Amino acid sequence: MAMNGVLRPGHAALRVLDLEEAVNFYGNVLGLQETGRDKQWRVYFKAWDERDHNSVVIREADKAGIDFFAFKVDGKKTLEKLDADLRAYGVSTERIPAGEMLETGERVRFQVPSGHMIELYAEKKDVGNGISYVNPDPWSAASEKGIAPTRLDHCLLYGPDIEKVQKLFEEVLGFYLVEHIVLEDNKTDLAIWLSTSIKAHDIAFVRHPEPGKLHHVAFLLDSWERVLRAADLMSMNHVSIDIGPTRHGVTRGTTIYAFDPSGNRFETFCGGYQTYPDHQPLKWTMDEVGTGIFYHDRKLNDRFLSVVT
Amino acid sequence: MAHYTITIDETGETYRCSDQETLLVGMEKLGKQGIPVGCRGGGCGVCKIEVVAGDYTKRRMSREYVSEEDEAAHRVLACRVRPAGNMVLRVIGLMKKNVCRQAE
Repeated sequence: MAMNGVLRPGHAALRVLDLEEAVNFYGNVLGLQETGRDKQWRVYFKAWDERDHNSVVIREADKAGIDFFAFKVDGKKTLEKLDADLRAYGVSTERIPAGEMLETGERVRFQVPSGHMIELYAEKKDVGNGISYVNPDPWSAASEKGIAPTRLDHCLLYGPDIEKVQKLFEEVLGFYLVEHIVLEDNKTDLAIWLSTSIKAHDIAFVRHPEPGKLHHVAFLLDSWERVLRAADLMSMNHVSIDIGPTRHGVTRGTTIYAFDPSGNRFETFCGGYQTYPDHQPLKWTMDEVGTGIFYHDRKLNDRFLSVVT
Repeated sequence: MAHYTITIDETGETYRCSDQETLLVGMEKLGKQGIPVGCRGGGCGVCKIEVVAGDYTKRRMSREYVSEEDEAAHRVLACRVRPAGNMVLRVIGLMKKNVCRQAE
């Protein structure tokens, strides 16, 4: 349930080093459905239970990482209003015409102080989840192919000036702070988890000197058992696993972090509590940061803070 | 399948690596340390090494971390390199300090 005009994460555009290797990974191992290819050689995917045409778009490039991350808003009026609000706030925006991405309406693109490109859009073709809109079955063959997450859920981005990013997301886009990790000075946040819904996070940021970096894109699974099944499938397919299966203290999610064949980290996770904007944010201190990130290990691994694309 | 001896110059650590796997995964499989482990996909630059001696094959690596000059000078990512002979390498990646401290 969205708390305002920004409904949910809509798409992540990722760069990969070898397109066909990535197509095999996202399609057959992660188990997303390929929904199209465009003239820019981008390949489009959606998770099986998503209804809109695409949620992951990949292109081949000489660097891995993320091009942009987008949120769907609840209509064209909201899109116009948020574009105007962003400009009034001092953020320059760019309009990208409908159809530039397959089956996707006009997008408003802007850069946040952490260096990431964020997009808003109101329209994307409803292609359905393969299950009837009348008297639907609970799942289908597609929900068993590969790891088969139900949806793109959130992302964690690394960059500088995350307090400015938080202010922009809160004051212009209506997000609210759910959890944060505070550095030793008891003032500066190392990390923030923001929601536009009752999900524990729709987007998160970690303070990092290099701008525009991707830590991970997360995909939702229905159960802890599905997370364990994902771990089996990763090993069967020689997927590079970062950590897990384990649990996060932050958001309480059960999780595996792993990498796509180009080194972009992704998360397959389940759970996380539900939250509301009137809830007091939860705070983690640096002496317990390991517990916050990896609840069972109770320590950070070297990779969590240093490996990004 | 051929196997080769890989030597990490700083630590003197050696391990056997087949030509079917990368220098990084070959090291990890044997529980050895020396080269920092990141994404294992050529994207993050953490496992950057300099090949001091030996032949190898390589796959595409992120230009963010490996320039054309790097590649020409055999500064490459261990996760994208497979040995084609015995090799000697030096660790030059971002997390070198962490790993070499452990090895001391």
